[in-house]
Amino acid sequence: MATGGKADELRGIREDYEQKYGFHTPEEYVFKARKGLDREIVEQISYMKGEPDWMREFRLRALDIFFKKPMPTWGADLSEINFDDIYYYIKPADQQVRDWDDVPEYIKETFERLGVPEAERKFLAGVGAQFESEVVYHNIQKHLEDQGVIFLDMDSGLRKYPDLVKEYFGKLVPPTDNKFAALNSAVWSGGTFIYVPPGVHVDMPLQAYFRINAQNMGQFERTLIIADEDSYVHYVEGCTAVIYSTDSLHSAVVEIFVKPGARVRYSTIQNWSNNVYNLVTKRAAAYRDATMEWIDGNIGSKVTMKYPAVLLMEPGAHGEMLSIAFAGRGQHQDAGGKMIHLAPHTTSQIVSKSISKDGGRSTYRGLVRVRKGAHGCRSKVTCDALILDEHSRSDTYPVIEVGEQDVEIGHEASVSRVTEEQLFYLMSRGLDEEQSNVMVVSGFIEPFVKELPMEYAVEMNRLIALQMEGSVG
Amino acid sequence: MSATLEIRNLHVSVEGRLILNGVNLTVRQGEIHALMGPNGSGKSTLANTIMGHPAYIVEQGDILFDGQSILDLKTDERARLGLFLAFQYPVAIPGVTVANFIRTAINARRRALDPQDKGISIPEFRKLLKAKMDFLQMDYNFAGRYLNDGFSGGEKKRVEVLQLAALEPKIAILDETDSGLDIDALRIVAEGVNALAGPSLGVLVITHYQRILNYIKPQYVHIMLEGRIVESGGADMALKLEEKGYDWVREKYGNGAPQAV
Repeated sequence: MATGGKADELRGIREDYEQKYGFHTPEEYVFKARKGLDREIVEQISYMKGEPDWMREFRLRALDIFFKKPMPTWGADLSEINFDDIYYYIKPADQQVRDWDDVPEYIKETFERLGVPEAERKFLAGVGAQFESEVVYHNIQKHLEDQGVIFLDMDSGLRKYPDLVKEYFGKLVPPTDNKFAALNSAVWSGGTFIYVPPGVHVDMPLQAYFRINAQNMGQFERTLIIADEDSYVHYVEGCTAVIYSTDSLHSAVVEIFVKPGARVRYSTIQNWSNNVYNLVTKRAAAYRDATMEWIDGNIGSKVTMKYPAVLLMEPGAHGEMLSIAFAGRGQHQDAGGKMIHLAPHTTSQIVSKSISKDGGRSTYRGLVRVRKGAHGCRSKVTCDALILDEHSRSDTYPVIEVGEQDVEIGHEASVSRVTEEQLFYLMSRGLDEEQSNVMVVSGFIEPFVKELPMEYAVEMNRLIALQMEGSVG
Repeated sequence: MSATLEIRNLHVSVEGRLILNGVNLTVRQGEIHALMGPNGSGKSTLANTIMGHPAYIVEQGDILFDGQSILDLKTDERARLGLFLAFQYPVAIPGVTVANFIRTAINARRRALDPQDKGISIPEFRKLLKAKMDFLQMDYNFAGRYLNDGFSGGEKKRVEVLQLAALEPKIAILDETDSGLDIDALRIVAEGVNALAGPSLGVLVITHYQRILNYIKPQYVHIMLEGRIVESGGADMALKLEEKGYDWVREKYGNGAPQAV
């Protein structure tokens, strides 16, 4: 008998059960959604999904790590999170269809004013589980399949390409990385799996939007992107409409492998409702002459902690991070980026912009590290904060660790306000005070917005205008 | 009926210091006035007060537009009535293109008249902006640059005149539009203003030097000293200042330091 130990024995028992009693089909398995987290829940999640053993073991190992790891003591205040008061998995079919009447008025109003179509509104509010984009989705899938591109939700990816997933899954962000990466590893569900074959340039941004009817907006999404040599893909995550969630914790993990000569751009615009803790670990590895670009926008949530990283593995690798954060009343956006120069002649750039308003707090927390021996590296960090009133706050914590002499590292930080002179100038042309403020803010985020696909850029500007409303007494 | 800007016995303080000491002045649509005076005489204070800058406090007197007091109106409301100020130091708004800004300003005006207004369409706006730029002989690439961000002194002043052309106010105040310009830039800016002047525009040119008046010909010249207009006359008054400087004005009307409020 194999020396697999207890897990193997357990598996044996279950197989026996399946054969004897036919309990193996998920349809017949009665999964009772309940709050709280233990081994049983994790085993059930894996069982329900019909996962390979290695994934089940990966989950259980991650769970142990999650229990052992302390909460981060730096960054935002997380003391109000109650891990026992969360549903970690709900069977898709059992997902409670919420009544439209229960959706808060301000969310509905936002949809109205953003001009979100009726069908999408219900989906985004968690009312309808289906989104009528199936036809569009299938046409796009056909187009991608012809080029050999895989674009699936993570659960399907694991089912259809178990070997490919196993090779990369959890390799960049292991469960030991941090408490929330461990949590995600234990209970992940949904997310996106993308593989782009060598030399293929995907000619349209791949958007979660197109497969919104798949289960992709879970609390614990897991995304894995592999861009093979000399390929290119732009992935767009999230949308500008408020994602209303009664779940208070969103903890995702994103891992991206950018092979030699490839380029990946990952754009995020997140606008979680303001009760959500958004704690996300995003990391990419860029190999020889590869380029990784994070475009990261954080508008909503109660607390966001997110520091997308690029590991620059081989010479010629380039990492970029362009982020904005908008912190309004009761919000703390603790965000930034990490560039880890592991090889000589690698380059990186971080541009971080934040806006604080109505007592909101934004924090830039960043790291540039150059490993000994990684000579000839260049990195530039720019942090610009715009503070709209005296109740709001912005902090900058840039950390630079350089183990090599022959490098060029630059850091610039600025804090600005909308000045009386700017307001007077804009108002002298007929803009009222609110329009003037919106104009200064939209100019401030312009370097970010112009990197977005057109339709997102338009929505982003509208969204900022909405956030700015009522800011003038 | 032509619009009228009327300033009556205006007393204005800034940070507790009285700067304007009883200014009287009337500018009608179709007229060109020059307001001259030495540095510190209160010219820019008058311009900023007319436009409603919050730091300038009216202590006494009134500003009327078409017979109605505008003292209670905010800056944007005054702008939408038809007042315009070309700034001495135009302010940079990074990330906002000249075109986007002008379009937003046009739409703000339209919506103030009719809240249901959908705004000027993009093709219509492009046509309008192109026509104005042709008129002022401006390079089209101005439209896509961020407003006053990294502009040279001359470029800033030209964009002020472009805004003047596009927004079509009734009364425009040009605050030291000639300062910081070399002679070519000055000529171009002045020609722009001349091209716009006519029966539908009243202009108040504020200047320290006479040289802009070689290009823009005022019908009326006023001299300001210590917060009051002390002499008014025709175009020849400017030449007298050019010849004799401001010393004779000081000797005749000077009273010493500005008073506290």
